[in-house]
Amino acid sequence: MKILVAVKRVIDYNVQVRVKEDNSGVVTENIKMSTNPPDDNAVEEAVKIKESGKVKEVIAVTVGEEKAQETVRKALAVGVDRGIHVKSEGILEPLAVSKILQKIVEKEKPDLVFMGKQAIDDDCNQTGQMLAALLNWPQATFASKIVVKDKSLEVTREIDEGLETIEVNIPSVITCDLRLNEPRYASLPNIMKAKKKPLEQINVADLGVDTKPRIEQIKVEEPPKRKSGIKVANVAELVQKLKNEAKVI
Amino acid sequence: MSKEVMEYDAVIVGGGPSGLATAIKLKQLDSNLNICLLEKGSEIGAHILSGNVFETKALDELIPNWKELNSPVKTKVTKEKFLFLGRHKSLSWPTWLLPSVQKNHKNYIISLANLCRWLAEQAEKLGVEIFPGFPASEIIYNQDGSVKGIATQDMGVDKDGNKKDSYQPGMELYAKVTVFAEGCRGHLGKQLIKKFNLDEGKNPQQYGIGFKEIWEISEKNHQEGLVMHTAGWPLDNNTYGGSFVYHAENKQIFLGYVIGLDYKNPHLSPFDEFQRFKTHPAIKKIIEGGKRISYGARALIEGGIQSLPKMFMPGALLVGCNAGTLNMPKIKGSHTAMKSGIIAAETINEHIKENKDLSIYEEKFKRSWAYKELYAARNIKPSFGWGLIPGIIFTGIDQILFRGKLPFTLKHKHADHETLKSANKMPKIDYPKYDNIITFDKTSSVYLTGTNHAENQPVHLKLTNPNLPIDYTLDKFDEPAQRYCPVGVYEIQRENNKAKFVINSQNCIHCKTCDIKEPSQNINWVTPEGGGGPKYGNM
Repeated sequence: MKILVAVKRVIDYNVQVRVKEDNSGVVTENIKMSTNPPDDNAVEEAVKIKESGKVKEVIAVTVGEEKAQETVRKALAVGVDRGIHVKSEGILEPLAVSKILQKIVEKEKPDLVFMGKQAIDDDCNQTGQMLAALLNWPQATFASKIVVKDKSLEVTREIDEGLETIEVNIPSVITCDLRLNEPRYASLPNIMKAKKKPLEQINVADLGVDTKPRIEQIKVEEPPKRKSGIKVANVAELVQKLKNEAKVI
Repeated sequence: MSKEVMEYDAVIVGGGPSGLATAIKLKQLDSNLNICLLEKGSEIGAHILSGNVFETKALDELIPNWKELNSPVKTKVTKEKFLFLGRHKSLSWPTWLLPSVQKNHKNYIISLANLCRWLAEQAEKLGVEIFPGFPASEIIYNQDGSVKGIATQDMGVDKDGNKKDSYQPGMELYAKVTVFAEGCRGHLGKQLIKKFNLDEGKNPQQYGIGFKEIWEISEKNHQEGLVMHTAGWPLDNNTYGGSFVYHAENKQIFLGYVIGLDYKNPHLSPFDEFQRFKTHPAIKKIIEGGKRISYGARALIEGGIQSLPKMFMPGALLVGCNAGTLNMPKIKGSHTAMKSGIIAAETINEHIKENKDLSIYEEKFKRSWAYKELYAARNIKPSFGWGLIPGIIFTGIDQILFRGKLPFTLKHKHADHETLKSANKMPKIDYPKYDNIITFDKTSSVYLTGTNHAENQPVHLKLTNPNLPIDYTLDKFDEPAQRYCPVGVYEIQRENNKAKFVINSQNCIHCKTCDIKEPSQNINWVTPEGGGGPKYGNM
């Protein structure tokens, strides 16, 4: 069996994101970038399944500018066998990424595709679902536990009502939740070995995929600032303020 | 359990200007040398904070064609100002009356973090192996006592020292020569200076704490290339310090404040002095209508050659501010740090090829332009121990009339942790409230640094005596850690009339001020798990 893991390069989750002055987007120059956190969980799970002997090969794929391959190198350093970097400039919408991944799936013929449940930059939560639809494969999203069976997976998902366990046939697309596992650290020797692992580069133009945006972004703005709170002397004053000023009761 | 081992010709600890210059020069001298550089930050530049007005002398020597290689050294200094601030007024000091060390017309306004990122790219192209996110936590010695190398930090250890599922043991890296380039108050450098008595016969090292904010300001207030420094208000005449305001590209200004850590009043809060400084009419009018986009702080070395330790020992060298090569009166250290790295690389190459003793490093350094300028500047900082006005008068005589050649050397008498007076003998300082427009509190400031440390790991700020803060320091000095820490790591919390000393180590921005200023030297800064700490952008 073979697993393809999709990883995305995003602004590091610790960095305070800043909107560009012309409202055309957010500042990404000289800012620490990292792998999208739930993608790390997807990589970890794929490597764990490989270590259990149920999978022969794990391939990591990313789509993006030259530096996006850092995320693939990081995956290679924690146990992924080889990498693919689809080179493209500018913002790609989930549909375009799904179509690119579809082409990679057709080429590599994996049995499973893993990825994070959503990316922390655009919060779209669409790529996995769209890819499953394009491939006409079953999907399990928000996986917090995965059990590999003979020809299927038993996937536990965290939903509003509690935990839902479903079974999906292989091949399928799985999107991973942060609670799925704790990603391991890359060791120094493994980082060095990762530099020698194969990383194939493909130009997005060579895949014959229409990546034209379907959405026009009008502007990006910062959320309104929260006003600082005040202390009230007693309950009567609180009720009075809630009634007359906040007008919520 | 013995750790895995890797061997190199040289291992460099720290990816700042001195370490990167060492790595690049070594590869230029011999591309077959195996060079490894470790950086505790999550990427090169993540822990770099500096003014910075950059003198290109060392870069010209290291990479002469830097202008053609798209280096981030672009904004030329076009104009200079020096202001003396009173509470409400300011007096502009004519630039022709400034000592030549403070003239900047050939220099550039840069982000040192971006320069380091660029230097790292150049180093990697030459084949240097760079590993960000791997702090060197321990020095490994040979049986004869010489330095054998370092060990990297174990990853995935919980707060009680137990191994987590994600546990990853550190490694031992051995080298023919290990280069310590940790910057000011490196925690391994501190151990080496002690073990090998490197500071024997030297004056106690002097430090400062430097703050920096980046502001995006309105076009009408921005003058790209303008460099401005101030002295005076809000500090009193007995506290050493001053500000910098550098107008960089993209309508940004680098706004900062440096305060000598030899201040005496335990009630002084360096952070609040900096915040208050911004409310001066001469400063406020620049940033009004602008937006603060970055914040950070870092300790820096101010001791000069009087405090410069021996820079070599068996198996290892100290470079840059891990030794203390900053030129304080010049307000610059990147060029001298890089120069020390270049000389260290030449030394290592000769040591490996011709078996020359590492002591030639210091001889070479003493013959270099870097040492000459440190020598000429040596008397300025100690003269300010007499107060601001006498310091200025002396500096004028020393620098303008004698060009640093007076036949005597003033001494630094005290280490910075010894200078605090009892809290009850010193005046309390009433700092104004933050307005959240020009001035901000520590919480919203640390937020801008992107600081994080993995949860559930051992506290990396170790107290030698855990009871001392409450039993002694609180009473005697009103626990100054609450104020000298620029991000509020240390707090005194009171419950039922009982005081408790709290360490919020996850906020630590690795500035090392606590390690320096704690009056009993009771706080020891050690490396946290790799990748922790601030994530500075273009600081």
